[in-house]
Amino acid sequence: MTIYQLLTRATKVLLLTEVRSSFVAFLFSGRGDALSSICGISPIGGGFMHIPDGYLGPQTYIPLYGVSVGFWAMAQRKLKKELSLKHVPYLAMAAAFSFLIQMFNIPVPGGTTGHAVGAGIIAILLGPWTAVLAVSVVLIIQAILFGDGGITALGANCFNMAVVMPFVSYGVFKLAKGKSEGRVRLAISAFLSGYLGLLVAALFTAAEFGIQPLIATGADNRPLYAPYPLSVAIPAMAIEHLLVFGVVEGLVTMLLLRYFLKHEHDLVYGLSGPSGPDNLARKLP
Amino acid sequence: MTKFQKKLWIGILVMAVLTPLGILLPEKFNAGGAWGEWGVEKLEKLLGFVPEGLKKLTDLWKAPIRDYNFGAEPASKILQVVSYIASGFLGIGVCVLIVYIISRLMAKHGK
Repeated sequence: MTIYQLLTRATKVLLLTEVRSSFVAFLFSGRGDALSSICGISPIGGGFMHIPDGYLGPQTYIPLYGVSVGFWAMAQRKLKKELSLKHVPYLAMAAAFSFLIQMFNIPVPGGTTGHAVGAGIIAILLGPWTAVLAVSVVLIIQAILFGDGGITALGANCFNMAVVMPFVSYGVFKLAKGKSEGRVRLAISAFLSGYLGLLVAALFTAAEFGIQPLIATGADNRPLYAPYPLSVAIPAMAIEHLLVFGVVEGLVTMLLLRYFLKHEHDLVYGLSGPSGPDNLARKLP
Repeated sequence: MTKFQKKLWIGILVMAVLTPLGILLPEKFNAGGAWGEWGVEKLEKLLGFVPEGLKKLTDLWKAPIRDYNFGAEPASKILQVVSYIASGFLGIGVCVLIVYIISRLMAKHGK
């Protein structure tokens, strides 16, 4: 086999053309139910980060509204205490950036699309509570103006992308970098931060719609809302985020952090510099 | 505005102009919408029925610029591209304004 052949084969596998079909075959071997027809027509995997109206029942979307509102209230208290005036212009830019990067749908050839969110890099640069604010505003505008994500599902979508993602990303970044702030260590930490943040957010999303057939069925036992069980939803969301969208999010996070370290090192919240949480807390009474 | 901030804004504007790649590339590679984000008709075709609750909630909200598209569906390619860019600018305009006002109010104590 030539190197060229090897490369094309590797790319193919990466792009899931083969993984996906064998996975679907494995998952649905011997099951003649309606779900195999779903996966027969639409390949498994993909975005679905913005849950539309109708996919979650009130038992799910109402509590998640509650959780998101709770985080907004906490974000407000936290930011009132520690939001620095010099971060304000960057916060506005962060919202614009997150809005735009979500418009770049990334295709998986022959399959589905997904996108990065940008919540991880915002959490590293400006702090996780700031990311809660910026990404929530983006998601609310997307839902109201553009119908991207449902109105009933807004609490759930904010919880997944504007709460879970920034905190997971920020936690991973702090954990991975430890006390070391060398260039390579920071680059790796940033990549992991974006990668895992998006992946965990995708898994939360999958869990939310995957539990629908369990908790809400009609009189005839048909699902009332999202029809796919956890055994379909979780792998569907996990695979493409593991192999494609998570990688994109990781690279975006890594490159942007590098750019900021080069130009405005002192601005970065996630480092031990003057904008770090420890120093901000010390400065304030 | 610092020189660095100006550079970042230029980057954001370049991104806004390039957004149509987000609809043209998926089309080129024959990739559909996000997994699971299917309309009622498609679901009916896939499942043989439309879940009751889903049917009730699905059209709850009529967004003014549905799917980042100003024209009526099906819109021509050029209209889609123009709408997508315009939606991007409108979206970032509204987001920047809201976030700026909220964060300005919270950071007022001069830190």
